[in-house]
Amino acid sequence: MPPVIELDNLEVRLGARTILKKLNGSLSGRAIGLLGPNGAGKSTLINTLLGFFAPLSGTARIFGKDIRTDARALRRLIGYMPENDSFIADMTAVRFVRMMAELSGLPPDEALERTHEAFYYVGLGEARYRNLGTYSLGMKQMAKLAQAIAHGPKLLFLDEPTNGLDPAARVRMIKLIREIRETRDIHLMISSHLLRDVEECCEEVLILKDGQIAAYCDLEKERRSNLNFIELETMGIESVFANAIERLGCDFADLGQGRFKMVLTDGVTVSDLYRLAAEKDVQIRRLNHRHDSLEHIFLKAMEAPANHGSV
Amino acid sequence: MAVYKRNYKPYEGILTPNWSRFLVPARYALETLFQSRLLIAFLVGSCMMPIFAGAVIYLHHNLSALTMLQIRPEHLLPIDGDFFAAYLSFQGALAFLFTAYAGPGLISPDLSNSALPLYLCRPISRTEYVLSKMAVLCIPLSCITWIPGLFLFSMQAGLQGQGWGWDHIHWAWALFAGSWLWIGMLSLLAMSLSAWVRWKLAASALLFGVFFISSALGAMVNEALDTRAGNILSLGYVIGMIWAKMFQLPPRSTLFGDMFNIRRGDEVPEYMAWLVVAMLCGACILLLNRRLRAREVVS
Repeated sequence: MPPVIELDNLEVRLGARTILKKLNGSLSGRAIGLLGPNGAGKSTLINTLLGFFAPLSGTARIFGKDIRTDARALRRLIGYMPENDSFIADMTAVRFVRMMAELSGLPPDEALERTHEAFYYVGLGEARYRNLGTYSLGMKQMAKLAQAIAHGPKLLFLDEPTNGLDPAARVRMIKLIREIRETRDIHLMISSHLLRDVEECCEEVLILKDGQIAAYCDLEKERRSNLNFIELETMGIESVFANAIERLGCDFADLGQGRFKMVLTDGVTVSDLYRLAAEKDVQIRRLNHRHDSLEHIFLKAMEAPANHGSV
Repeated sequence: MAVYKRNYKPYEGILTPNWSRFLVPARYALETLFQSRLLIAFLVGSCMMPIFAGAVIYLHHNLSALTMLQIRPEHLLPIDGDFFAAYLSFQGALAFLFTAYAGPGLISPDLSNSALPLYLCRPISRTEYVLSKMAVLCIPLSCITWIPGLFLFSMQAGLQGQGWGWDHIHWAWALFAGSWLWIGMLSLLAMSLSAWVRWKLAASALLFGVFFISSALGAMVNEALDTRAGNILSLGYVIGMIWAKMFQLPPRSTLFGDMFNIRRGDEVPEYMAWLVVAMLCGACILLLNRRLRAREVVS
């Protein structure tokens, strides 16, 4: 897949502080998560990609277009849902989103049509003629999503999309984000401090720490490898079962007292293990897939020194 | 993203040309502006002076109407540079009131609601954003000032004939350029003040303050130092000076001179007046450049 975002020695300084320190990398996932503690540079990275901050050195490319030289063309392709309240309170929602869609280049009639569609899509169809100032926090978040997608962008930046939402609204927002991702017509970059949101929505995760890349994780690959890594607890003759596993060609470690850790090789499935255990008269009392969650990855990245990393 | 399908679809239709994007916020702001009945009443009221001036010009060229109304020609205002300059000053004052009412509401809501990131993440630059908001003021202010002014000039030129229009073309230029100078200065001031305080009411008050306080300050300097150099601090006086030069009015007590309190010997050098205007506009642009950012950087 061609890269969506390429970082090329990207360095950003705000005031006297260097916020992003020579970031390098290439991200090509359909949904990219941006994680990091407060002050890590997540929002600065998004703002730089949007052209709000000028890089001190280096650059970044989105769909191969340079953010320094092709900013205008890029902005046509981008949708942005900011973290904070960002609209005009005494404007009706439909008028505001239509104006934003027209600013993105849609003719007035098409802008109006897509605005109505966007509001129905995010579940605010009945409230679209109300002033934005009268919206609840959850409705404001949905309205922000509507303005970000109304013009049909190719890349959507979502900055803390579930911020301040109650559990039901959060579930609805996550569902919408996943639906948008599944249409395959759009790429997403989601910045969040909620690991669960990122884990549920993203395929790739970039973890920032002190303005540097602390870790990069392909969640899809991670999920697949997690499925192959198994912890077993058995009852029966341990050595017989160990020999049988070895003959299957799987790497394993015998931890004693009937406990094993093993990696399933290609073609070997969990049902093969159960069949083998039955043949050798061994009971499998517990079988766990390793669940190296995003939280583990995040915490590991926070403990390790930042690597000026490349992705 | 059809409603019946309830799924997301990218837009692949036609796009408007790049140059036309800056008209979008202007169109929406004008729609909002003209929802105010007070403003519409004000704009209608501001046509009174052009109608009166048009009537004076008409009467100058219609003896039968003068006879019918029993007015002697010498009792009518003479149609000269002073006439057009006085017209511009009156309409300029109305333009100021219009700007004080409508100008601060153009930018302050965007800033106070943090809407700028949503504008600027789209294919529109900060300059286009400012030009767009300026256009919202420039269009109605033009309708108050130079458009009827040039219509009056054309009317007089047409009725007088004999090359009058060509002989006095500098008055037409003064009406046009003087109006644009005033419109530009007012628009920049209104927008920069509203960007600074981010509060519509306070920005309107500040706009009045800039003119009245500067006049008071100028008068205080004149009194305290027994000089006329304090006039340079009075923005009203400065713009009056520039208009007087544009209309090539002699430094004498005229209708226009009375309006701006310009008397013989009071004049400040023309270049100083231009310098004050240039510095004021420069300061406004700097302030706008500093305040109108998608994200503020706190150092």
